[in-house]
Amino acid sequence: MTIPPPLDAPLLEVAGLHVEFRTRDGVAKVLNGVDYRVEAGETLAVLGESGSGKSVTANTIMGILESPPGVVTAGSVRYRGEELLTATPERRRDLRGENMAMIFQDALSALNPVFTVGFQIAEQLRTRRGMSRRDAGRRAVELLDQVGIPAARQRVRDHPHQFSGGMRQRVMIAMSLALDPDVLIADEPTTALDVTVQAQIMDLLAELKAERHMGLILITHDLGVVAEVADRIAVMYAGRIVEHADVHTLYSNPCHPYTHALLESIPRVDTKGTQLRAITGLPPNLTRIPPGCPFHPRCPMAVDVCREVVPALALLPGGRSSACLFADELVTR
Amino acid sequence: MSSTGTEPILQVQDLVKHFPVQLGVVFKRTVGHVRAVDGVSFDLRRGETLGVVGESGCGKSTLAQVLMRLEPPTAGAVRFHGEDIFGKRGKDLKALRRQIQIVLQDPYTSLNPRMTVGDIVGEPFEIHTEVAPKGERRRKVQELLDVVGLNPEHINRYPHQFSGGQRQRIGIARALALRPEVIICDEPVSALDVSIQAQVMNLLGDLQTEFGLSYIFIAHDLSVVRHLSDRVAVMYLGKIVELGTEDEIYNRAAHPYTQALLSAVPVPDPSVRAGRQRIRLTGDVPSPVNPPSGCRFRTRCWKATEICAEEEPALEVRQGGHHPSACHHAEEQHLLPG
Ligand SMILES: Nc1ncnc2c1ncn2[C@@H]1O[C@H](COP(=O)(O)OP(=O)(O)OP(=O)(O)O)[C@@H](O)[C@H]1O
Ligand SMILES: Nc1ncnc2c1ncn2[C@@H]1O[C@H](COP(=O)(O)OP(=O)(O)O)[C@@H](O)[C@H]1O
Ligand code: SF4
Ligand code: SF4
Ligand SMILES: [Mg+2]
Ligand SMILES: [Mg+2]
Repeated sequence: MTIPPPLDAPLLEVAGLHVEFRTRDGVAKVLNGVDYRVEAGETLAVLGESGSGKSVTANTIMGILESPPGVVTAGSVRYRGEELLTATPERRRDLRGENMAMIFQDALSALNPVFTVGFQIAEQLRTRRGMSRRDAGRRAVELLDQVGIPAARQRVRDHPHQFSGGMRQRVMIAMSLALDPDVLIADEPTTALDVTVQAQIMDLLAELKAERHMGLILITHDLGVVAEVADRIAVMYAGRIVEHADVHTLYSNPCHPYTHALLESIPRVDTKGTQLRAITGLPPNLTRIPPGCPFHPRCPMAVDVCREVVPALALLPGGRSSACLFADELVTR
Repeated sequence: MSSTGTEPILQVQDLVKHFPVQLGVVFKRTVGHVRAVDGVSFDLRRGETLGVVGESGCGKSTLAQVLMRLEPPTAGAVRFHGEDIFGKRGKDLKALRRQIQIVLQDPYTSLNPRMTVGDIVGEPFEIHTEVAPKGERRRKVQELLDVVGLNPEHINRYPHQFSGGQRQRIGIARALALRPEVIICDEPVSALDVSIQAQVMNLLGDLQTEFGLSYIFIAHDLSVVRHLSDRVAVMYLGKIVELGTEDEIYNRAAHPYTQALLSAVPVPDPSVRAGRQRIRLTGDVPSPVNPPSGCRFRTRCWKATEICAEEEPALEVRQGGHHPSACHHAEEQHLLPG
């Protein structure tokens, strides 16, 4: 047996994670040192544009990274202090569902179209918990009821395609909670939903997180959603966390030019606003990440040194951090 | 966005579009109708942007398709400069098509992958040869690329060589080619990354000022619509439930559905989250094949009473109100923080 982990280890921690995709078109350096952690009962939002590496990080945590082509080249993922990247496939399988679970943007493709939703939930309980068919069936109804499916007793017999988008998302949440995980990763769970349904699902996730004292990692590109639900935020750009802070600090005083620019570029529903301050240029091609700070080609503050030095995610006063060489100058207070 | 005239350029009256629901493979039988657009009326004025918001399936794209004459209407009338558009044939129809253009949501599927950018943007000139004689086309296309912020030297590249935002610019350049008066934008920024959306929205704003365009701007994102629109129509299950100026809709919404939408939109400011008024709708949008009797919103409405099931509320200015809303119990309210 291994040495028992320290009791005060974070619930889930990712450190220095590097992942590449080796394809015919070359090597895409998709994660270039990702660091974040989540504790029980809190919501960490991982915010980034598409392709920044949010899902690859999540998949690596869950042990479902497509490999090949994906290769973890460095770093660590620890669950309550236990290193997962070197754990056996059996151990990882045991952890999935029981300790950590994930929900996806597209519930329809995450659920099995052939079986009823009741069967899919009960199946896990029977194979993993040794429950009887009848107990597992009863528990499936309870779970569907908890996530707000009306007439759950009847609906367990329906197939995924018989549910609306929002209801399917609820079914997937019920399924992910069946084995009582204490880490839940939600990868863009409401991106495909209408705003009124999105609000329902976000409320549900917040409730379940509080009730079950889970650590919730919410992956999204939506600065509005983040402001509504997150406790802390990790901003990703080109496979790195470029800024990390609690939600209030981040919005009132962003300390990375990328975060700052993002906040300035979005229209807000509560003001009419004038011309938006668009960010120029495009996110980098991951097979050819620019040298130095990866944001420099788009950064209004960039100077010569930014093209040479890769800024590390450095701690700032107040427990926040930023990966900008001039972060000190951006901190107010 | 720009100075708004009062002269309506487009008048839409009681527009209806139903799609048959068919069963059977060999012998198709019609078993019902999807009432995608079900009695929609509004005016579009010269130089203005009319936003159209609503949830998935409420009929926004169908409305666009009918206005573009890509789908025949089931009933109703649309007049462009006072002339009925559905009666137009031949030369008149061709002239109409020059004047109303569309920009679509998906920059990945709306451009032909086998055509060069030059061919895509210049395609309208092939049909409307009078606009640009053959010898001038290449120069015209390069001019258009420049106007939308693309490098004119990239005229021979293919769509896959451009990013999503750049492809959307290509779509906009093509829509501009014939110097239309009206551009219908159907979710033009929805598929784009956050940092790219602003670039395209700013471009649309600039082009409107420069060319005096009128926009019908369709989107499900209420923040995006507010930013670009002078007036806004809120749709639910094929009908407009509220119509007003940007200020009327966002600061004094009177219809419960609009109010629920506004209260659900996340505001990117954590300092307001505790104090926000939240209206949470239950359930999903009913099927447009069998919409509820009376008011279509009543199955999700917290204010519904008996009359709501019996009598369909008309879109009209209600007592104590200032802009039209289709609710028996309409009441203006300020819902957004600030
Ligand atoms: N060709 C068609 N045949 C049958 N039904 C159709 C057709 N086109 C659209 N519909 C139906 O009409 C309704 C309105 O669809 P429409 O595409 O206009 O919605 P929308 O408001 O644009 O939605 P979204 O926000 O998802 O783009 C939907 O119920 C849709 O399924
Ligand atoms: N199976 C795969 N094969 C090759 N490249 C991949 C694969 N999955 C993801 N990528 C690439 O990794 C990068 C990060 O992707 P992802 O983590 O999905 O981004 P997001 O932040 O949008 O979730 C992207 O450039 C993507 O194209
Ligand atoms: S290091 Fe330089 S380029 Fe990078 S974000 Fe900071 S100022 Fe901008
Ligand atoms: S008419 Fe009745 S059901 Fe319809 S929105 Fe008004 S109160 Fe609600
Ligand atoms: Mg993703
Ligand atoms: Mg549509």
